[in-house]
Amino acid sequence: MKLAADIKKRRQDKPVLLMTHLVLGYPSLDVNREVIRQMAENGVDCIELQIPFSEPMADGPVILQANQKALAAGLRVADCFAFAAGVIAEFPRINFLFMTYYNIVFRYGEKAFIRRAAEIGIRGFIVPDLPPEEGETYLQLSQQSGLAPIMFFTPTSSDERMRYVAGRGGGFVYCVARRGVTGQHTVMDANLENYLARCRRATDLPLALGFGISSRQDVAMLEGRADMAVIGTATIRLVDDRGPEAVGPFIAGLLGA
Amino acid sequence: MKKGYFGQWGGAFIPEVLYETFAGLNHAYEEARADASFWREYTRLMANYSCRPTPLTYAENLSKHFGGARIYIKREDLNHTGAHKLNNVMGQGLLVRRMGKKRVIAETGAGQHGVATATMAARFGLACTIYMGEEDVARQRPNVFWMEKLGATVVPVTDGSRTLKDAINAAFRDWVASMDDTHYVLGTVCGPHPFPEMVAWFQSIIGKEANGQIREQHGRLPARVYACVGGGSNAMGIFQGFLDEPGVELIGVEAGGKGLETGEHASRMVGDLASPGVAQGYKTMFLQDRDGQMLHTHSIAAGLDYVGVSPILADLGEKGRVRFEAATDREVIRALEMTMRTEGIIPALESSHAFVQAFKEAPDLAADEAVIINMSGRGDKDIFTIAHAFDDSSWKEFIIGLAAEYRSSYK
Repeated sequence: MKLAADIKKRRQDKPVLLMTHLVLGYPSLDVNREVIRQMAENGVDCIELQIPFSEPMADGPVILQANQKALAAGLRVADCFAFAAGVIAEFPRINFLFMTYYNIVFRYGEKAFIRRAAEIGIRGFIVPDLPPEEGETYLQLSQQSGLAPIMFFTPTSSDERMRYVAGRGGGFVYCVARRGVTGQHTVMDANLENYLARCRRATDLPLALGFGISSRQDVAMLEGRADMAVIGTATIRLVDDRGPEAVGPFIAGLLGA
Repeated sequence: MKKGYFGQWGGAFIPEVLYETFAGLNHAYEEARADASFWREYTRLMANYSCRPTPLTYAENLSKHFGGARIYIKREDLNHTGAHKLNNVMGQGLLVRRMGKKRVIAETGAGQHGVATATMAARFGLACTIYMGEEDVARQRPNVFWMEKLGATVVPVTDGSRTLKDAINAAFRDWVASMDDTHYVLGTVCGPHPFPEMVAWFQSIIGKEANGQIREQHGRLPARVYACVGGGSNAMGIFQGFLDEPGVELIGVEAGGKGLETGEHASRMVGDLASPGVAQGYKTMFLQDRDGQMLHTHSIAAGLDYVGVSPILADLGEKGRVRFEAATDREVIRALEMTMRTEGIIPALESSHAFVQAFKEAPDLAADEAVIINMSGRGDKDIFTIAHAFDDSSWKEFIIGLAAEYRSSYK
């Protein structure tokens, strides 16, 4: 089943889905695996596996440093593919996506990257520095391989721009809650509510809302307004402070379990 | 061809949140470019505020010394703030006024672009934040002092290699949150469209002047034009005056650092050390590993110490219109020393790279031929860096003495 259809199906049983994120190789692939297990066992639907890049322009300080530390420890793109293949086989109920910057895809070769990702069972890609205007080949190859190229809506996007962008993507649309980089908190207010209503009108694809969601209240507020909550920096901070075993209870708490 | 591309290089690889900001910037830039009164306002401002046109100096002693071509020096060092950087900054400043934004941000490596931006912000009454790698803050303290005195906030960047590329990333991170009232004054002919084209346009004032000046003084066009290349803004500035003249050879000189074989350099276009990539919003030749992770670079001149190169220059290099060479740190110090002693002119370490290559080639040219060296900036204001590069003992004694004096007065 394609990613968008799978998300819609899951939504029939749950008011809001969860997508989590981790930086591969930070603090280590072993810890990554344990974190994924905790996420999978506690009801996460999608996981972004971020392949580190030396210049992560759209990320805030926490994810930026995680990228740098993973690279400093010697992590290679080939290690990321091997690790992803392993966890996809081990946790078949999770939709895994690769998140990375375009240079990683470009250097690997767009065709080879997408083919290899499809072979190991990746469901989609999130590439924040690749707007649809620059990604024609990537978009075409992804769609051909049945992989979802995730597009972005932002509060600065016009209605026209939203319709254009959504028409080129698949899977779901990643709605950025506010201006700025990852890792800062956002509150639900009338502006955000209007924005999500605009997002909803612009596309039939499921909507994921990200940047700064970290509590049960944040997730609960999304019910009826978006399809999926994105938890990014919060779990990285949690693992830094309290270790991977704290992730399971945190996820369960977000879902009100 | 797609907008913002030069051959296969360039583009605008920007996060979606900046889409509308770039649409607005493109609109303001295209409107200004189509409006002849904008360029008139720009040249008037540069004449009144920044000593333009800068002279083209005939270097009689150097020409005699090398015994070949007549050597001319385009004096961008005589611009206000001491380098060609102000050309771009004042142009973008006029654009900021048109767009009605109240704050500017910029990255800086050596600090020249930061000082120029802080100067422009002071003149135009704008708030100003400068991002500078922590390592550069330590290396270029005098420029930090001036930026702060000019009213700017200097933010040391502690990520990555803590140099220019990291300062660019930090400036983008500011911009994705602040774009409603803030313009990012990118300092060179790199980054996403329209920056390479727009910065090249403002810098073209150098080449326009130089073309007229060499015809007047030498009676005809030069055989060769030399410029150092970091991001490439001074090179693009002077080259544009001669791009349409097939008889004029254009030579870009990169940082050879400690030697290309040592890995301690910033040569993107010489040899096959760099490879195509996409980072910092544009596609060009980057110094990177097989996976696409950017490599460490080195140069004696902080302004050339950068992993990428202008997409316009990558294209001109690929097409063979610009020839690229590299000068080592050691050669640079020798050329600087010779220029000071022979002509009484003090080029910046960056600019001295162009002098190195011109000195190598001038003897092989005929006496009725001319070459132009673009002296992108002056070296005397970088006294700490240059004195350090010369390992000057009397300077060290002075600093030790001064430090002792400060220390005792602190107690």
